[in-house]
Amino acid sequence: MPDLGPVTITLALAGITTLLLILVGTPLAWWLAHTRSRAKPVIEAITALPLVLPPTVLGFYLLILFSPNAPLGGMWVSVTGSTLAFSFAGLVVASMLYSLPFMVQPLQTAFEAIGREPLEAAATLGASPRDAFFSVATPMALRGFLTASVLTFAHTVGEFGVVLMVGGNIPGRTKVISIAVYEHVETLNYAEAHLLSGGLLVFSFVVLVAVYALNRKAPLNVG
Amino acid sequence: MSDKPLLTFRFRLRHTDFEAALAHDMRLADITALFGHSGSGKTTVLRVLAGLESRAEGLVTFDGEIWQSESPDRKFVPPHARAVGYVFQDARLFPHLDVAGNLAFAEARSRNRRALSDLDTVIARFDLEPLLQRRPDKLSGGEQQRVAIARALLARPRLLLLDEPLSALDTPRKAEILPYIARLPAQFGVPVIYVTHSVDEVAYLADEMIVLSKGRKVADGPVGETLARLDLGPATGRFEAGVVLEASVVCHDREYRLTTLDLGGAPIEVPLIESQPGQRVRLRLRARDVTLATKRPEALSARNILEGRIVEIAEEAETTYAETLVQIPGGLIRARLTRRSVADLALAPGTTVYALIKSISLVGGITAAR
Repeated sequence: MPDLGPVTITLALAGITTLLLILVGTPLAWWLAHTRSRAKPVIEAITALPLVLPPTVLGFYLLILFSPNAPLGGMWVSVTGSTLAFSFAGLVVASMLYSLPFMVQPLQTAFEAIGREPLEAAATLGASPRDAFFSVATPMALRGFLTASVLTFAHTVGEFGVVLMVGGNIPGRTKVISIAVYEHVETLNYAEAHLLSGGLLVFSFVVLVAVYALNRKAPLNVG
Repeated sequence: MSDKPLLTFRFRLRHTDFEAALAHDMRLADITALFGHSGSGKTTVLRVLAGLESRAEGLVTFDGEIWQSESPDRKFVPPHARAVGYVFQDARLFPHLDVAGNLAFAEARSRNRRALSDLDTVIARFDLEPLLQRRPDKLSGGEQQRVAIARALLARPRLLLLDEPLSALDTPRKAEILPYIARLPAQFGVPVIYVTHSVDEVAYLADEMIVLSKGRKVADGPVGETLARLDLGPATGRFEAGVVLEASVVCHDREYRLTTLDLGGAPIEVPLIESQPGQRVRLRLRARDVTLATKRPEALSARNILEGRIVEIAEEAETTYAETLVQIPGGLIRARLTRRSVADLALAPGTTVYALIKSISLVGGITAAR
């Protein structure tokens, strides 16, 4: 019987990360899509940084940030009584940063494609900006939300370096699939490695096929 | 409409390649045309009135309410709180909703409960019943604009702004929608400001007009008077220049299929129109369709010859042409002549002339309907 712990942890991590990133990434993507601020390229660059930085670099800085002596880590300790580093919560924070561009960029593209025009139409019909966001922009960007969520989920499932840096490999708490595979190979336990690797391969392939199929289908009909 | 609301605007707006500085006060007529070439600032005025140009500096008041004011007590009422309906050039129906959903969107957010537009009436008046379950991308351009106008009405605006709603449509589709627009003020009690660059549409729809050019107001007033002004040549367009006159139906000649109209006491004939004697109709006479003679011509195929007196001649230096304004019993008409003809015939203000009218178009059809 293979150890299912890493699978459960991976799915929980990816699911929670995706949900939280929808909440955080949507306003950020909305702002980027509509702002005329001169700070936009800077914010866009920061958002894209996790795409180009080696995960070890990102993990290294997070580890420093998570330390109980740093403001974030210290605050976490005083609120929860435990440290962020080497905890599941720490993994979630790290994954959110690591997967941020995968949420923000598809959403930003979707919001930009909608443009200001339907929002102006909604405003002249009496819809407040908030109302127009939920009743017009969100349904029109539904496909962007789907793409962004699927990519974020899949990318989080596939992360390795950052988890290794900030989460270690505590069984049942922070040991995700990618780390488990690494360990199995290190200990020459190829059967387990095959099982987890094959599963991840199939999963990733199915997800990507779904995303590409979603992208070429006729507009989603909702509402 | 019983009491016509007062609209005041005075604003300045600068874009990178365009600057508009406009001021106007008016008692809103049923339909006011904002007329000018593209780039004259027509759409900008509508967007400022609707609150879609937050960078415009100035004052906008409507019916005693301040929608926008300047510093120190700078105020800017956002578009959703202005009770303005806006029909965009490109309709802008929501693609994720069907026609019924688009109408319901507006109905649910409607702001002025006293207005006359309930859902069933609007659907009936705009003949939308067969379209209700369709998606916007399955509608023709004309159908989209009908839905867009109906949707704007259902938000129960106190002022309806129409931004060249017909510009993307071909002539038959335009003719199909114009009557719906002409009836808006009477049926729904809402004043309309209509942006267009088409003299035909102004002549058909509007009572009052404002002429814009390069971000400035160049003229305003009743449509008939304004179109008769010769000094507005560049702004109103020379080829399409002409006047709008009102006449009444006298009788029909069914055999030759002609209708005789009374134009200020002078009889004129037009192709048969279905109408009752006494009904008022609007006519448009283009300057290029009017020829002048100094003696009453005889043995001509043209049937409409009106005696009049020249009021004004505007020679256009550097061109072949001169624009002439002639007083006839029913009003003023314009004739476009060559400068050479003006010289040869010794035409001058005060000269008695006979105006030969080659063609008359009936616009607005039966104005009594409004």
